[in-house]
Amino acid sequence: MTRKVYSRPQSVVDMPFHYCPGCHHGLIHGLMGEALDELDLTEKTIGVGPVGCGVFVYDYLDTDMIQASHGRAPAVATGVKRALPDRFVFTYQGDGDLAAIGTSEIIHAAARGENITVIFVNNAIFGMTGGQTAPTTLVGQTTTTAPIGRLEEVEGAPIQVCEMLNTLQKPALISRVSVHNPANIMRAKKMIKKAFQCQLEGRGFSFVEVLSSCPTNWRMNPLQALQWIEETMSAYYPIKDFRMPEGGQ
Amino acid sequence: MAFVTFREERCKGCALCTTYCPVNIVTLDKSRFNNKGFHPAVVTDMEKCKGCAFCARMCPDLVIEVEK
Repeated sequence: MTRKVYSRPQSVVDMPFHYCPGCHHGLIHGLMGEALDELDLTEKTIGVGPVGCGVFVYDYLDTDMIQASHGRAPAVATGVKRALPDRFVFTYQGDGDLAAIGTSEIIHAAARGENITVIFVNNAIFGMTGGQTAPTTLVGQTTTTAPIGRLEEVEGAPIQVCEMLNTLQKPALISRVSVHNPANIMRAKKMIKKAFQCQLEGRGFSFVEVLSSCPTNWRMNPLQALQWIEETMSAYYPIKDFRMPEGGQ
Repeated sequence: MAFVTFREERCKGCALCTTYCPVNIVTLDKSRFNNKGFHPAVVTDMEKCKGCAFCARMCPDLVIEVEK
């Protein structure tokens, strides 16, 4: 008698991803799909997609989806959750979406403590538009708009979104995870599930930042990109829990 | 014995699955290309597979299935 140790989650539509080789978006869709399956949420979920590479999450996850204007996913999700409080509502956003044009929306959704879940995919660059400097680009990192590397005295220092949101009173769960090795992937999976449960229990705003790679725009091969997350990126964006819901599971 | 299946036609040859295999049996088959034009990932010696599913966990395209 064989049992499946791992197979594609039911909530992830059986179609090829359009992402580049080694891009972590697909893996993160998989983790979200597993959490949706395990909590039996697929039928009552309304997701809000971003602008950027991650936009096609509306094709890949087998849930109802809305695609928001650039950066406005938390505002749209707020409306959906308030109108239909019995549904499960998440947003899926990249760093160009959430930390650049959508900074205002995420801060105010967090400050209001909206009962939504935000999955924030941080790959330190604008992926879809061709690898320009994002607010999360590390100092010294080369991009198409910073060919000699990001200079702190010109472009400032990268925004650490978890740390910033952790200064607010209302968020219930804030955590930064990574997907560069199996141990971190398992932790990411647990944290995404915990964030989903946080909303189901009505505890308020839950936020999971996932450090992920963009080998194409980092000008690296996928394996070098894993190493770069481990050595360089996680040094500036520490992988840890910032806030956990009191008495939560 | 564990058994690993790759949906080769969807493999993009990123090689992430090859990195954390504890028994080093996952590798890219450099002798051929799949329909997408990548060297697909394969298991060289299925007998040694422990069914840990690290390869499947690492796969960003969710093309690996592991049975035990």
